[in-house]
Amino acid sequence: MYKLLQATYKEFLLLKRDFGGLIILFVMPLILVVAVTLIQNSTFQQINETKIPVLLVDNDGGELSKSIATNLEKNGALELLTKIDGQLLNEKKAKELVLEGLYQMALVLPKDLSFNLAQKVNQNVSKIMTEFGLDEQEEKQDTTLLFEKQKIKIIFDPATQLAYKNGVRSSIDKMISKIETAAIYTAFQEAIGAEDDFFNVEEMIVISEVNPMGELKEVKPDAVQHNVPAWTLFAIFFIILPLSITIVKEKNQGTFVRLKSFPTRPSTLLGGKIIVYLAISLLQFTAILLVGLFLFPYIGLPAFNVSGSYLLLYLMALFIGLAAIGFGILIGTVASTTEQAAPFGATSVVILAAIGGVWVPTFLMPETMQVFAKLTPMNWGLSGFYDVILRNGSLLDILPELSYLTLFFIILTAIAIRYDKKKNEI
Amino acid sequence: METPILETVCISKKYKNTDYYAVKPLDLRVEKKEIVGFLGPNGAGKTTLISMLSGVLKPTDGKVLIQGLEFKNNKQEIQKKLGIVPQEYALYPSLTALENLNYFGAMYGLKTKDLKTKIEYFLTEMGLIDFRNKKIKTFSGGMKRRVNLIAGILHNPQLLYLDEPTVGVDVQSKQVILDQLHKLNALGTTIIYTSHHMVEAQEFCTKVIIIDTGTIIAKGTPSDLISSIPSANTLEEVYLKHTGLKLRDHV
Repeated sequence: MYKLLQATYKEFLLLKRDFGGLIILFVMPLILVVAVTLIQNSTFQQINETKIPVLLVDNDGGELSKSIATNLEKNGALELLTKIDGQLLNEKKAKELVLEGLYQMALVLPKDLSFNLAQKVNQNVSKIMTEFGLDEQEEKQDTTLLFEKQKIKIIFDPATQLAYKNGVRSSIDKMISKIETAAIYTAFQEAIGAEDDFFNVEEMIVISEVNPMGELKEVKPDAVQHNVPAWTLFAIFFIILPLSITIVKEKNQGTFVRLKSFPTRPSTLLGGKIIVYLAISLLQFTAILLVGLFLFPYIGLPAFNVSGSYLLLYLMALFIGLAAIGFGILIGTVASTTEQAAPFGATSVVILAAIGGVWVPTFLMPETMQVFAKLTPMNWGLSGFYDVILRNGSLLDILPELSYLTLFFIILTAIAIRYDKKKNEI
Repeated sequence: METPILETVCISKKYKNTDYYAVKPLDLRVEKKEIVGFLGPNGAGKTTLISMLSGVLKPTDGKVLIQGLEFKNNKQEIQKKLGIVPQEYALYPSLTALENLNYFGAMYGLKTKDLKTKIEYFLTEMGLIDFRNKKIKTFSGGMKRRVNLIAGILHNPQLLYLDEPTVGVDVQSKQVILDQLHKLNALGTTIIYTSHHMVEAQEFCTKVIIIDTGTIIAKGTPSDLISSIPSANTLEEVYLKHTGLKLRDHV
């Protein structure tokens, strides 16, 4: 125990004197979590508060196009432009402007859209009325006309993100359906000579988001709830850098040879590193947690809110730290120089974060990538954090993640020890 | 007959997947309190041999016995008896001399009070007591070599391995280091060291072993070796007679 304490103290001193390492471990993650959350939050606010200019090419000029324009403007997020430099837009001009990236999208309404829709609806209503014997004018006269499908074109800037495109398309689809339904109701009202409000046109089915945790404390996922665990993981995994560099330096400075000659178990020497870097993981987590809890509300961000136990969160952070340490030991053992260890360590953290779902949720990834994601420690860590933060998970719920992280540490450390042994056989 | 402090039985080291021997099969016997110098050109196999003798490197064949004990089953017990002073400054540059020595001493199992006394004693002996709280990275080469030596002798080893302990130091530092080694030897420590300084080896060693291409080519006391070659007056002349003038550069 005495040797372990001394080994731990030595590692503590080495880290304490490594100013660059401390910056990487503590300052960078804090800047990262604050910056990314602020950007994401303000982007979200901008989308809600800033109107996006949309070009509208109205080749119809009828009631329906007016209705589409009114509905789009009512949405609040879009500003419709039908003229540019005092000239009415046509499809060609709209395409050019969007392609140049001056506007994100354009909407082209076809000629006679209103007329054709009204004709089609009237024809269908008339058919029904005749079928039910309610049409008093002409009986059994075939008035069926064939109508071509009316295409409303949406032109997107090629740089527009897929998620945004899908969102806009789905909103316009929904709006057109509503307008078509309203046209049918109006046609019926006119056909039976009813007053304007004869039909109750209000939506009968509405969508309401319900918290799956029922009556338990509700945590609404937002940028903070996602960023705090994600960047905590990122920060913890960055201990790979100073840890692997320390190991490489020990090899190159000759201290490794001396360490090997000690009447001390390798587990004691390694134990000192593990204890210090585990403590660092917990400190990093505490720092980010405090920023989320107390600094975020001061800078206009929602405060970090946890539905589950803080103790379990710390447990997750501890085991994530363990996995990162295993990886750091392996990199430090295999790398010959700090120039190899540092870039490889940093890049591998970024790759693990990308695959693990820190940036893009795994469910949005292709199936093959989802399989890879489930094999990464970042994914286990993130999943465990979300279990506690958003799903009020218990120890039993995060036990699989804790086990995977431990196994990851054991396997990587064992490989490192084996590699070192083999290498020393010359 | 008394058990030698160090004995090797046909030890060798062959590079993996090659036929090249860093150290060809050799037998050694070192008695207590001897000061043995391993001399040889660069790449002769001296460092590999010391690494095997200290248990840092596993021999391809043969066995190393320290006071009759084999590393295989008695590693920790043997390591307590050994001291190692590597060729590199095997110290942590960002730690002070005191912090380095505290750590290395503790790893040899020395407890706080005893460790403190020994560190103070050796720092004073080596003229470094006033610099104990300075970081190693601020030290000169000679000062680093002295701290490097202290780190290997704090636990009073019975057998001390030194790999070129005086390389790159000034005359004053070299004298302090050699004086300290003489004192240790007088107290019972057996010393095995490598060097390229023939004059130093001639004066310092009780026995010299000349190694080249992984094999022992001559051994004996410095005076015996000198008298074995009629035209030689110094150990350096004996050394050159055995090893020749051909450069040993290889990559």
